[in-house]
Amino acid sequence: MRPAATLLAPFSLACLVAAAPYALPPERETTLPAGPGAELVQAQCAACHSLDLVTTQPPAMGEAFWRKTVGKMVETYGADIPEDQQAAIIAYLAQTPIKAR
Amino acid sequence: MLGRRTLLIGLGSSLAVACGRKPAAPEAAADHAVLPFANGWRPIVQLPGKRPMLQLTTRPPQLETPFAVFDDGLITPNDAFFVRYSMGELPLDLDGERWRLEVAGAVQQPLSLSLAALKAMPQTEIVAVNQCSGNSRGFSDPRVGGGQLGHGAMGNARWTGVPLKAVLDAAGVQRGAAEVAFDGLDGPVSPKAPDFAKALSVDHARDGEVLLAWAMNGEPLPFLNGFPLRLVVPGWFGTYWVKHLHRITVLDTPFAGYFMAKTYRMPDNSCGCVEPGTKPESTRPITALRVRSFITNLADGAKLAAGKPVAVRGIAFDSGSGIRRVQLSADGGQSWQDTRLRESLGRHAFRGWDATLRLPAGAHRLMARAESLGGEIQPLQASWNPSGYARNVAETVRVTAA
Repeated sequence: MRPAATLLAPFSLACLVAAAPYALPPERETTLPAGPGAELVQAQCAACHSLDLVTTQPPAMGEAFWRKTVGKMVETYGADIPEDQQAAIIAYLAQTPIKAR
Repeated sequence: MLGRRTLLIGLGSSLAVACGRKPAAPEAAADHAVLPFANGWRPIVQLPGKRPMLQLTTRPPQLETPFAVFDDGLITPNDAFFVRYSMGELPLDLDGERWRLEVAGAVQQPLSLSLAALKAMPQTEIVAVNQCSGNSRGFSDPRVGGGQLGHGAMGNARWTGVPLKAVLDAAGVQRGAAEVAFDGLDGPVSPKAPDFAKALSVDHARDGEVLLAWAMNGEPLPFLNGFPLRLVVPGWFGTYWVKHLHRITVLDTPFAGYFMAKTYRMPDNSCGCVEPGTKPESTRPITALRVRSFITNLADGAKLAAGKPVAVRGIAFDSGSGIRRVQLSADGGQSWQDTRLRESLGRHAFRGWDATLRLPAGAHRLMARAESLGGEIQPLQASWNPSGYARNVAETVRVTAA
């Protein structure tokens, strides 16, 4: 990392960098209804994807759906979530009415 | 915490100013849309290179085309074309000059090709529909998990590139090769997760129609649609149209990657469906598009003049046999009239159609139903599969004439 060099050449380097690669805008903040497990969902799920992936799911999918989904994230996608936290996350998602907005 | 992403964002916006790029004009349009199923609220956002679109997810970026775009013309503009990623890590720093396409595996001569080298080969063009496997998943009944899309995860573009066959022939596919695997530069967040890669049979890969495309509607591929090169598999679902393509591997055994062997699979029976809520006994990879049609100029809830001629128009497509006819019903599918097919842009393209209706006062259920030259016809009842893939029921638009 050489922040000094970057600061010294803001214009020419900036335009060079801007031409080819891509920059995504800031993430829209997704707020979850308060409740036991909400902070865990925020911390663990949003580590790999934005929370709108969670909040856009159909309503009332139930415990079995969320157990399977969290299991897939852990077993297939490598999410490193301790078992007690998985249980709290599943309980929150199964019991909380989550809305895309 | 100031992560890599946050840094890039900050950099991006200051760069736009530094390079004298005009900031985007404020949008007078709505800041959200509501898709017609439960929990269908979606923000409308504008990402670089795209017009305001419906945002399904932020990270990875997933955008749906506002449906009205399909009424503007048969070609879906690049800045309105849908965006779908499975993987959370995008190759945001991809340098088109240094990028190479590697061709390896069961070949006589492994290749490493620059974009310039590919462009020096004989080029070809095709107009073809790219549709996400999960397009319209939000209408699945009962609902299923996954990306809750309306009808906007499809698009029709003119793709320019080199036939995959030409590149495979240059490498020399070894006798006995079975499949060809395709890997893009987007990758998983966790190193423990499977990478997104897809495969075609050698025969399909060498059919002369599958394309390595660098241009879309005459312009370089937008970053979010796969810059600098993507696979174009005419007639097959978008999951095969690998973006940011960088490695082609010829295999002498079937490819066993997660995104072929474990997901993007349909019930392995003639309808590709099961009783709602049940599991299939066996599954097979999703493959070809199913015939579909849409009314594009009338939205659900439209108010029309009773007794006066009403123009109805729309689009249809199938897996590439071409469209034989599109019929229109104004009574929920009890009776049908033929529509006029417009000029064809090719058998893989959106086919335009139009008709004129005269409706008595009251509520009416309009439906379009397409039939392909291959004899496939849209069902009037939706079938169901656990992943909500490949919806193709004749859709209904409710209107009122007064």
